Amino acid sequence: MNNQKNHNPFYDPSLSSRHRSARLFKAFTRGSILITLAFLCFFIFDMVRTAYPAMWQSYVKVEVSYNEKSSKISQKAIDKKFRKIVSRAWLRSIPKLLKQQPELMGTTANQWVLADDQVDQYMKGHHHNLKQKQVSVIETLKTNAQIELRWNNIFLSQGDSKLPENAGVYSSLIGSIFTLFVTLAIAFPLGVMTAIHLEEFARDNMLTRIIEVNINNLAAIPSILFGLLGLAVFINLFGLPRSSPLVGGLTLALMTLPIIIVSARAALRSVPDSIRQAGYGLGLTKIQIIQGNVLPIAFPGILTGTIIGLAQAMGETAPLIIIGMIAFIPDSPNSITDAATVLPAQIFTWAGMPERAYVEKTAAGIMVILLILFFLNAAAIYLRKKYEIKW
Amino acid sequence: MITTKGNSKENIIRFLLIFASVISIITTIGILFSIFFQAIEFFQLKSFWYFLFGTEWSPGQENSKFGALPIFAGTFMITVIALLVAIPVGVGSAIYMSEYSSRLRRNILKPILEILAGIPTVVYGFFAALTIAPAIVSISGWFGLTAAYNSALACGIVMGVMIIPIIASLSDDVLRAVPNSQRNASLALGMTHSETIRHIIVPSAMPGIISAGLLGLSKAIGETMIVVMAAGLRPNLSWNPLEDMTTVTVRIVDSLVGDHAFDSPDTMSAFALGLVLFVVTLVLNMISLSQIRKFKAKYKINTL
Repeated sequence: MNNQKNHNPFYDPSLSSRHRSARLFKAFTRGSILITLAFLCFFIFDMVRTAYPAMWQSYVKVEVSYNEKSSKISQKAIDKKFRKIVSRAWLRSIPKLLKQQPELMGTTANQWVLADDQVDQYMKGHHHNLKQKQVSVIETLKTNAQIELRWNNIFLSQGDSKLPENAGVYSSLIGSIFTLFVTLAIAFPLGVMTAIHLEEFARDNMLTRIIEVNINNLAAIPSILFGLLGLAVFINLFGLPRSSPLVGGLTLALMTLPIIIVSARAALRSVPDSIRQAGYGLGLTKIQIIQGNVLPIAFPGILTGTIIGLAQAMGETAPLIIIGMIAFIPDSPNSITDAATVLPAQIFTWAGMPERAYVEKTAAGIMVILLILFFLNAAAIYLRKKYEIKW
Repeated sequence: MITTKGNSKENIIRFLLIFASVISIITTIGILFSIFFQAIEFFQLKSFWYFLFGTEWSPGQENSKFGALPIFAGTFMITVIALLVAIPVGVGSAIYMSEYSSRLRRNILKPILEILAGIPTVVYGFFAALTIAPAIVSISGWFGLTAAYNSALACGIVMGVMIIPIIASLSDDVLRAVPNSQRNASLALGMTHSETIRHIIVPSAMPGIISAGLLGLSKAIGETMIVVMAAGLRPNLSWNPLEDMTTVTVRIVDSLVGDHAFDSPDTMSAFALGLVLFVVTLVLNMISLSQIRKFKAKYKINTL
């Protein structure tokens, strides 16, 4: 072996250390990708674990007496020892229920009602602030099978609430849809028109260059500054209603614009010139060619970029906080000028709540937004794959 | 007759197209002016030089002082931690994807990075506050150190993870754009694969990697939700990353969601901070773009 080394004119004594450093370097790069993957897995695991309890909600079976007294002071409808056990949100709804169904007056019923958030936390084995007396009441209910965890259908059907057991994402989802609708209605036509201008018409002059540099810069401006713009221009200058999906949508539209422009330009550029030349050969005008031939071919690419842009707008929070879309709004908006909140802003508000019960709600809200973003991105990838044309 | 009719219609359409393109310029000017005028008003009330170099930030009281140096320092600290996490991991991932991994594996890894890039920052903020910050408090407890529950370290780490995909994705594109002839020449001279990467490919791609790093830096400075949810509110001039610190974006949000009058110095200080943020991110982005243009010109690439 030693002999071989001495007689080999190509033998490099540093070779083994060079190979060792090569292996180390490869291990470093592999390690960095593994760190990224490990973080993603840990993150998803942590969110699912935190969000899982929010799928269930505690209900208790108590005797409810509907009478004159309870229509005025709803606390009187149930036995004194259960008053801290049931949800105050449910208690408040009793007078309304009696107004709607007067035939219930004077009857008593043994029925399942929503439990208080502290009771719910106790049932799930989390930290709670219950007194010993209440804990023993719950334990008796447990042995009598009068308390149970049920599938939580409040979360997706109710709006925000100051009582965690009654809080849901419905109103913020509607707010998000309204806001994104405004964003789409503004950003899509403007973005596609800009892309057509830059790709098909613009000559290489000063204005074109300014627009191009400007679009690149617009994409890099921190989102919070768009919030300052929305506050100073849309709200203070134009007097549009604060906290409304209209202002939120306009602000997000300006942020989404660069994404749509860049992807639409790429889609238009990928249409081969032979299509345009064939059109000219048939005597069509430039506008006719773009309308009838270029745009239909480029459309799937434009759509993909638009969906990705909307997905980003969906998760954006900072500018919407600045324009006031974090107010407490339990009802869903009826028009784009009503005060509304959006899903990420709802997550932000819940994350700042002191009650322990909001932690699982926040994580559940995060799971909802991640699922929506996942489907939006999956739709974008599907469209790209399905309509992709190889020239 | 038909042609003239067509022409007037085409002229209207072309006018509309130009109008749409100009909207993006109007937006930038709108942002600049809406921030600029408010900031000017602020500097008429409070000293500009004290704002840049003063060390006391005490809004909401009589004789309120607006010295933003502790805020800049906090932003700097959190950003540096984020880059210390993101640059090695991001560039390392990019090298692995572009040089070592097979085509198939790369086609799996790239979408996973895109998932990471698509997570809303409010989600990262919740994760930083709920999981990472308490973990840092208990880990530093083992070493006998006390960490705040809203430490700069927790924000910095999570922010670093947030910008990994930005750096990795751009670096990967740049590394793959380096011509294969350079790789082959280096391997033919007897260099090992890793030596080729370290001495030939990475230096060639350096302008692009710098550009990616600067883009990550500008994202980190402008990032709002992570720091609003996981960093402190207290302006704190300190070198200790385990203490709580505040950032420019946190102060902007804090002074605009409160119940101040719109023309009070408290509210207008947000616009002064916004102006600084705008100028810094714009300059970083300009440098980043010029670097990537240099790279493109050198290798005559049009796809980046």
